[in-house]
Amino acid sequence: MNHMETPLLAFEGLHITLPVRGEHRAVVHRVDLTVPAGGAVGLVGESGSGKSLTARSVLRLLPPGARVGGDVRFDGASVTAMDAASLRALRGSGAAMIFQDPRAHINPLRTIGDFLTEGLVTTRGQRQGAATARATDLLREVGIADAPRRLRQRPAELSGGLLQRVMIAAALIGEPRLLLADEPTTALDVTTQAEVMAVIDEAREQRGLAMLFITHDLALAAAVCDSIAVMYAGSVVEQLPAARLHDASCHPYTRALLAARPDPGTGARPLRAIEGRPLSASEAGPGCAFAPRCPAARDLCTTDRPLPERTGDGRTACHFPLLAGADDAAPGTERTVRHG
Amino acid sequence: MADAGAPAALEAAGLRKTYGDFVAVEDVGLSLAPGASLALVGESGSGKTTTARMIAGLEAPTAGTVRFDGRVLPGRRARTAVRGSFAGDVQMVFQDPYASLDRHQRVADSISEVLAHHTDLRGSALARRTAELLDQVGLTAGQARSLPRALSGGQRQRVAIARAVAVRPRVLVLDEAVAALDVSVQAQIVTLLRELREQSDTAYLFITHDLGIVQHICEDIAVMHRGRIIERGRTLSVLERPGAAYTRKLIDSVPRRGWTPKRGATA
Repeated sequence: MNHMETPLLAFEGLHITLPVRGEHRAVVHRVDLTVPAGGAVGLVGESGSGKSLTARSVLRLLPPGARVGGDVRFDGASVTAMDAASLRALRGSGAAMIFQDPRAHINPLRTIGDFLTEGLVTTRGQRQGAATARATDLLREVGIADAPRRLRQRPAELSGGLLQRVMIAAALIGEPRLLLADEPTTALDVTTQAEVMAVIDEAREQRGLAMLFITHDLALAAAVCDSIAVMYAGSVVEQLPAARLHDASCHPYTRALLAARPDPGTGARPLRAIEGRPLSASEAGPGCAFAPRCPAARDLCTTDRPLPERTGDGRTACHFPLLAGADDAAPGTERTVRHG
Repeated sequence: MADAGAPAALEAAGLRKTYGDFVAVEDVGLSLAPGASLALVGESGSGKTTTARMIAGLEAPTAGTVRFDGRVLPGRRARTAVRGSFAGDVQMVFQDPYASLDRHQRVADSISEVLAHHTDLRGSALARRTAELLDQVGLTAGQARSLPRALSGGQRQRVAIARAVAVRPRVLVLDEAVAALDVSVQAQIVTLLRELREQSDTAYLFITHDLGIVQHICEDIAVMHRGRIIERGRTLSVLERPGAAYTRKLIDSVPRRGWTPKRGATA
């Protein structure tokens, strides 16, 4: 980790519990992660891994009753300790979020123009004309050709792909330093996904914007991020540079996920399923949460929870990490063990 | 595998579906030999699900015919008994495993009910066949006794598959049947579908938006765009050497190693 500068975003031992029928259950066990200014980190996991709640904790958008342990720091300031004014500033111009389902996050009765300019007019005191001009520019930038007409339309008149572009424009309009993108393309067609991701990529590059990208798709994350963090059952199990994902991942779960995902270019390589189902954080026992599904698990794995340790240029929370390049097949066949 | 001389398990010709002025499906024809596996690939609005629903008898075609082993699928107004007689011809598995099971019915009962309705099995023979089916899709006896809410998405999809194959249909229509599942679970269901096909003569019509998964289930592929089939052929050759520009774009849009997102024409 870089000790010279303060990272733009830092999760420090983040732990989140939610009340379920009178008792608090862990939904995030432990996340230690940093996003440098201008950098992009992909947070990848399956359902119940805690990736979305981790992202939401940055804006304190957690469900009612959530308890947060550890800390989230934005530009050095503790988000958990922020007063209302600082939190508003963070949400207004520090970090902006894009969600999976744009229709759930836009007022269906208001026009696209109202939605985009409201913040500029009410909290920044801009004139309506200037705000509309800004919104028009941004819609063009995200690839919406007939911006003036779109500004007069309502959400129901736009396709999912167009509406997600509007949400990107809405996120950019406050000139944030960090984009929190929570599965922004999961509900879109694959050709639309490629275009929307390209739009996000270009906007980031022009602005030096940092991004925390939440997705279930390892290949997509690797394509648009500098660094990948893989979550399983509420903890980050591996973090490594995106360029090294396919060749140098060390955690059996990361490798199993890579082997389970089909892509059209892999010829006849058979898919390798992972036995069982993804656990949620509250179901994880005392040992490694992946142990029940891991073909390489040993006794130690079921009793002691592994902590992240340095592996090459990444970090892996595994008692028996697979050494880089040793074998890209399923874990457990020809694996190399670091110690023990 | 399919015998070239055998009659087609499914023969759909000239299928067309319109909603008012909107043409959802136009001139779609396809044929499935017994035991064959065809993927119908397309994006939203391509007409793939409408085509699937016409083949399963859930939508009436505006024009065109659907034949199973030579018999024409009856319309929605046909008597229940007539419609029921097609249960052994076509069954369907839907995308959402959380919405396709009765939440008040134990899993084993949902299988037994189908078997009792469409076969002569009763009593212990019925229970035996139910257990056999659940075992075939990898569910335990304990899971068989539970309600759907106790099961995960992948397990529920196993139940839906067991229920669909219970009557040994000639054609199984799988409409985005693995799309809602986690990646690691998706691979399990794909493996299960492959195994089931090796054990039977059931032909698959696999509706999907996911080009990556096609080669793991289907030998043949048809690509739909704006209501029409624009390209068809053997899966591997279409994926390696697509003929249509749209197919190429579809393949190029799938994230993979070394891929970067590119912006096409503005929307």
